[in-house]
Amino acid sequence: MPGDKSIGRYTFNAFNYAFLLGFALLCIFPVINTWAMSLSNKSAAAAGVVGFWPVDFTFDSYRFVFIRRQFFEAFFISVERVALGAAVNLLLTVLIAYPLSKGTSEFKSRTLYAWIFVTTILLNGGLIPWYMTIKETGLLDSIWALILPGAVPVFNCILLLNFFRGLPKALEEAAFIDGANHWTTMWRIFVPLSKPALATIALFTIVGHWNSWFDGLILMNSPNHYPLQSYLQTVVVNPTSAFSTIDPAQVKFLSEISDRTVKAAQIFMASVPMLLLYPFLQKYFMAGIVLGSVKE
Amino acid sequence: MFRRINRTLPLHLMLLPGLALILVYSYGPMTGLWIAFENYVPSKGIFHSPFVGLDNFKYVWDMPDTAQVLTNTVVIALFKIVLSLVFPILLALLLNEVRIKFVKRGVQTLIYVPYFFSWVLLSGILIDILSPSEGIVNKLIQSVGMKPVFFLGDPAWFRFTIVVSDLWKESGFHTIVFLAAITSVDPTLYEASIIDGANRWKQTRHVTLPAMMPIIVLVATLSLGNVLNAGFDQIFNLYSPQVYSTGDIIDTMVYRIGMIDTQYGVATAVGLFKSLVSCLFIGISYFLAYRLVNYRIF
Repeated sequence: MPGDKSIGRYTFNAFNYAFLLGFALLCIFPVINTWAMSLSNKSAAAAGVVGFWPVDFTFDSYRFVFIRRQFFEAFFISVERVALGAAVNLLLTVLIAYPLSKGTSEFKSRTLYAWIFVTTILLNGGLIPWYMTIKETGLLDSIWALILPGAVPVFNCILLLNFFRGLPKALEEAAFIDGANHWTTMWRIFVPLSKPALATIALFTIVGHWNSWFDGLILMNSPNHYPLQSYLQTVVVNPTSAFSTIDPAQVKFLSEISDRTVKAAQIFMASVPMLLLYPFLQKYFMAGIVLGSVKE
Repeated sequence: MFRRINRTLPLHLMLLPGLALILVYSYGPMTGLWIAFENYVPSKGIFHSPFVGLDNFKYVWDMPDTAQVLTNTVVIALFKIVLSLVFPILLALLLNEVRIKFVKRGVQTLIYVPYFFSWVLLSGILIDILSPSEGIVNKLIQSVGMKPVFFLGDPAWFRFTIVVSDLWKESGFHTIVFLAAITSVDPTLYEASIIDGANRWKQTRHVTLPAMMPIIVLVATLSLGNVLNAGFDQIFNLYSPQVYSTGDIIDTMVYRIGMIDTQYGVATAVGLFKSLVSCLFIGISYFLAYRLVNYRIF
């Protein structure tokens, strides 16, 4: 390309590469630092010499967390929440997107229904009435409190609805001529053809459920029912020490670990599922963006 | 008539479960907004608590912190809106200049790692690395001979920390959105501009940026709806009473008044105010997006 060999171009490139690589490093460094911290000895952590690599390597922080059960109880509540929540969300997304993707000539009430759903994007009751409603419906302290109130992801419905509309009309017409009804058309034609869209929505739903913490914090009365992120909110962000309750089996670790390394271990373990999903997230990320912009 | 109902009946049935849930959990709370006009007593319930008119609103209006909280909310939100537009555009343009494939892909992959982390985890990390005594950031600051900065505990630094850390979490995502717009630019436009003697900078200014304009305008208008959303998840996990003066926002105030002090009526009144103003801004933003770039949500 002309101009690519000029001195100005070289200087620009040097700065550009340095800046972008620096920023990328800044995005990944805290995660690596947390990992390194979780595997370091307490004096190394306190001295602030831990950067990209563990110093005075020890597994004791992890051993300490493993003995404590609370972390894993919360972890499995989160797994249960993700599984149930994603299943319910996806099912409802399909069930809502399909009828709303029909034209008004075919489905007259469509506009009314669409407005009922879209209004919830514009208006909401706010924290207190939301909490009261969940309380009134008897969900407090149950896992369904984390699933049902957010079970209808209106934005995802709109994404899928737009995707459905992009599918060739002829397929649907052919199915109807062959005697299919709406249910079979939806399951046998629309759903299989929308696999990439559904995978994208599923991934983002999983991430959303995994990362939610506030609902667990206020809708669960007993800390034993906290999902992982709510549990971590109480131990990592609030200034309570991991050692405030300690049983004899854990005392032997105290020479090697500190609050800091234990917190790092828990943060890192909580991020492992996201890091495992990352390649898939990346694959469907672009798909999701393109999906979001598919409009007629 | 019967035939038509019969044909659309399955469609109605499909919508039924979602509709039921949304009526209970979205419209239910909207009717619950009535609490804003009551001196709500949980034992009496929403229908029998005493009606107090606008007293709750007056109470909030007279609270000494209200103006400050509103200012904090709008200032933090506006900084976030502007910077999370400008910085990702810049990043996307710079990434587009990278010719080495694996560098480009590598940077793209890494910059949205924080996007998929919850604010709980990121706050845990930030609290550690920004600690004035032990944090690695302050160790670096001290190593060049400056005084440690109390990023999360000093009211003068708190907003800065919030805006920058938000930028750090969210920029990657927005950058990818803009980059997607850049890659869809017709290459013949560049070829034509090169023939006309345009250098890289002129190509960027006259081809790339205009091609990105629709998506920039779209993101800009849609973010208008966030003018009262300063980021509850982030601030709740990072703030402390020392920084209320610059960091307390509407959402955190509602949480404290409602869930901690259990003044349900007052908290709902603040929530209603926020909901109405937000609704207005979201309405305006969708209208502008429709008029300017012909955007329709469905």
